[in-house]
Amino acid sequence: MRTLEQTVQEVLDLAVKHFQLPPGSLAPEDDFFKKLGIDSLQTLEMLSRLENHFGIELPDYEVQGVSDFKTLAKRIQSRL
Amino acid sequence: MLDLSKYQSIGATLKDALDHFAGELCLFEADREREKERLTYREFKERALPVAKALQDAGFSAGDRASIIMTNQSKWLISAYAIFFAGGVLVPLDYKLTPDEHWQLLKHSSATVLITEYPIWRQLSVSVRRSAANVQTVLVTEAPPNSGLSSAQRWEEFRGAGEPAFVARTRKDTACIVYSSGTGGRPKGCMMTHENYLEQCVALTSIYPFWPGVRYLSILPTNHAIDFMVGFFGPFTCGAAVVHLRTLRPEYVREAFPKYKITYVSLVPLVLKNLQKGLQARFDALPTGKRRIFNTLVAINKAVTKNHARLGISRVLLKQVHEAFGGELRTIIVGGAFTEPQTLQFFYDLGIPVANGYGLTEAGTAITVNDLKPFRADTVGKPLPGMEVRILNPDGDGIGEVAIRGKTVMAGYLNDPELTAETIVDGWLMTGDLGKFDGHGHLQLSGRKKNMIVTEEGKNIYPEDIESVFEGLPVKEFCIFAANYIWPKQTMTGEELVLVIHLETGQPLSDDLRREINTRNQRLLNYKRIHGIVLLEEDFPRTASLKIRRNVLAEQLGKLDRSSAVLPL
Repeated sequence: MRTLEQTVQEVLDLAVKHFQLPPGSLAPEDDFFKKLGIDSLQTLEMLSRLENHFGIELPDYEVQGVSDFKTLAKRIQSRL
Repeated sequence: MLDLSKYQSIGATLKDALDHFAGELCLFEADREREKERLTYREFKERALPVAKALQDAGFSAGDRASIIMTNQSKWLISAYAIFFAGGVLVPLDYKLTPDEHWQLLKHSSATVLITEYPIWRQLSVSVRRSAANVQTVLVTEAPPNSGLSSAQRWEEFRGAGEPAFVARTRKDTACIVYSSGTGGRPKGCMMTHENYLEQCVALTSIYPFWPGVRYLSILPTNHAIDFMVGFFGPFTCGAAVVHLRTLRPEYVREAFPKYKITYVSLVPLVLKNLQKGLQARFDALPTGKRRIFNTLVAINKAVTKNHARLGISRVLLKQVHEAFGGELRTIIVGGAFTEPQTLQFFYDLGIPVANGYGLTEAGTAITVNDLKPFRADTVGKPLPGMEVRILNPDGDGIGEVAIRGKTVMAGYLNDPELTAETIVDGWLMTGDLGKFDGHGHLQLSGRKKNMIVTEEGKNIYPEDIESVFEGLPVKEFCIFAANYIWPKQTMTGEELVLVIHLETGQPLSDDLRREINTRNQRLLNYKRIHGIVLLEEDFPRTASLKIRRNVLAEQLGKLDRSSAVLPL
């Protein structure tokens, strides 16, 4: 079973890979809309990738209003 | 299509539609690759009437208000029909609002019934604002077994035995209260009459018809005026089917087109642009030879569709593109915000017409729409049948405020006669948008007169509604503006909000203050956030009752140079 810290790190690593950013350029508290300049649709694409990685289904409503990686990781963690 | 001139209400129309088209398919609901529902009109009726009966057994009667806060799904439409059948007024709310905002609007609308989904109820039930509203009956869909529902009931078990009594309404009665904005300050609850919907439905379907076999992909939230009309009432009056997706991830939306042979879909400009980007990337990745052939086919398509759309020819010429959309797509309806002409042209050149138009909730959805005769990417089309559109006080270029009159215009704002009187003057709805007519009767929009923005996601944001988030900011005074309201620009895209601050004497714009502003800004949903700060070194002009005189302040700020006045966050 992953710890929350591990989940957060995996979320950050995947986001870095998905958006082709330099390693270590994202932090848990980062607002992904602001930091990545992405819109809600691009966020949904990132979520699909996270779902595949963690092998879970994350309903759209679960991520409603979430805008930072740490909260997102918490939502994922609760479904692992 | 049913002859809507014979009907008095949405409920009466739907009641006949369910019998008239009993054997036709009316609803599909899919969750990722799983199909959860496939209902005929007969089955829809069988699901809805016991809900109507249970509502009546619970004391719900003519004119009572019931709110729906749900994502797009079959139970949304089933519940809505049950409410109309029982003579109720529907209050559809945006499920993306916060729980506090939901309770605020539930209170404002005086809704006594709330129908919602379990994940939403989980948040609503713990909100401190809950006690302020007068909701007596709460129905929750899809609650897991053993979940504590507090005082709510399971929607699935809310069934009345026996036949419910149909409650007739007249055309002038309120059918829905639709909030166009106002979650932070002054709620704008548009009172839409049955006549508004009946007339709008006739006008829209005269240009974009539905019939049995047509499948409409419902992506825009159904509380939105567009989806309520073209994703519920319109198709149901014609025996067409609606497809709901519980997951709006792009890959599942893409799959839905061929899987359900979609005929129409409505999108906001943001999604349309994203679709364009994806397609363009695929075209660019074609090997040189294939790309050349493709470009030639697009050029031929452009030539043959110059005067009007020719779907049959386009589907043959650009077969692969059309097959990716299921091969049956006739038109993409785009609304909620302004769409850039080049995006519209991109799709039209591929033989996929985009019905762009212009509308306001207050006007009963659409005011103008492109009739594709011929296609025009540079305008928002011509007024719909029955809609009068005037340009008030035009300047030398013919640009003035757009005012409209017609049977689809709302009755007024709920509990706000003052705002109603400001908005509807001598029967004309003042839109606050600026535009002009060209020589062919097409409306061209060129900016806004009002202090608000519309995002590409189709969200109307009024600065007053988000100011509460900045309450208590350690500055002398502050105010939020649409930047284009201060510095008028002839555009309807790329609109942004700015925070205007008057600091205390000697107070610097410190890093701490910036951090505070950023933290508060992040509490807002991303599309509601401010994009810059403007410093003003003098007191804000105020009325005798100390309200900020926003128009005077905007004039004052307008004298500053925009590029240097707006500081980054």
